[in-house]
Amino acid sequence: MSLMNYLLLSAVLFSVGATTVLVRRNAIIAFMGIEMMLNATNLALVTFARINGNLHGQVLAFFVMVVAAAEVVVGLAIIVAIYRTRRSASVDDVNLLKDVRDPA
Amino acid sequence: MSAMVSSAAATLTAGLTSTGEASTGEAILFWVLAPIMVVASLGLLFARKAVHAAMSVITVMITLAFLYVAQDAPFLGVVQVVVYTGAIMMLFLFVLMLVGVDASDSLVETIKGQRWIALLGGLGLLVVLGGVVVTATFPPARGLDATTYPAAGLDSTGQPSNPQGLAAIVFGSYAFALEVVGALLVTAALGALVLTHRERLIPKRDQKTRVKDRVRALASGGTLTPLAAPGVYARHNAMDVPALGPDGQPVEASVNRVLKVRGQEADADLYAARIDRVLAGGWADEDLPAAAPVDAIEAAETDCDPDPTSEEADR
Repeated sequence: MSLMNYLLLSAVLFSVGATTVLVRRNAIIAFMGIEMMLNATNLALVTFARINGNLHGQVLAFFVMVVAAAEVVVGLAIIVAIYRTRRSASVDDVNLLKDVRDPA
Repeated sequence: MSAMVSSAAATLTAGLTSTGEASTGEAILFWVLAPIMVVASLGLLFARKAVHAAMSVITVMITLAFLYVAQDAPFLGVVQVVVYTGAIMMLFLFVLMLVGVDASDSLVETIKGQRWIALLGGLGLLVVLGGVVVTATFPPARGLDATTYPAAGLDSTGQPSNPQGLAAIVFGSYAFALEVVGALLVTAALGALVLTHRERLIPKRDQKTRVKDRVRALASGGTLTPLAAPGVYARHNAMDVPALGPDGQPVEASVNRVLKVRGQEADADLYAARIDRVLAGGWADEDLPAAAPVDAIEAAETDCDPDPTSEEADR
């Protein structure tokens, strides 16, 4: 089995994650889509490390994991803060900056 | 654990053939796990409930850990389970419970046709990414073994050790990046603290103020002690039966007011009258409908079962 299959699987997972971010309105589910994209990238990085025969891809995947942890902490805190003020976890309800005046 | 991980690395390396192909065992593992991962990822996309979506993501992440270990990255496999599945996804579930599990997705499209455009875009992304992977020419995979590991990544027997190899690089050429990531983590922790902090708008009600409030409420008919628990009759300890006061009268306040609102509480006067009857030497059940005669019950059972003897034989 060629190692290309891992990269194709990674591409599939990345596309599904990206589609989730675009389709789903629940902020938490959209956020999980972002996590899925990061995971897909990690799979590609680990495969590249194996193809190239050095560990730098794995180190990069490790750093992606650490940054993802930090990102999740802040992102979920933002979601909780928005939920407290607006009683909603839907990305459609966060529209305070939207111009709601009638078009003149 | 590190000894376990490094021994796993020693046995797992050199899993590639001379042409850079994966071994048969790895191929079997891949073709078993890949469909599971794709189906689970589609679960994230289509699941109606957020908890189900979270479960699909957890499935994807655990199977990813398997693939990492199969790809000579046992350290990342462990980190994937501990950090991603154990910490990040549990944090997601925590926030889901905080925000409300039943907060379902709205099906109203704020932008017309956005759903189909997004699905089309995702499909296009898949075609582009897959096309790049298929058309690009890679050198034959070298794999990770003792010759490709940094010198510091080999253990005392000369076998490659994945955690040692990663440590040699992370604390070597990526030392500065590691420092920056540490600063990032501290900043993220502080940011989460600041974002979820809530200013106290009203003073906290401590024990002293609550005692004072109760004493003050005495004048308007309040009680100092907690209310009596419902159902202290010997026969009825159900929530809907009022407690009996020392004067023999039912204590109305002992029944939960929610039951009263729903109209589900038992009639206090009925039970008070029953107590009076018992005290006077009578029976408590006089006001209940008389029990059906035993003969009638047996007749009804015979009607339902055309052949009672066969049922006995079955037993």
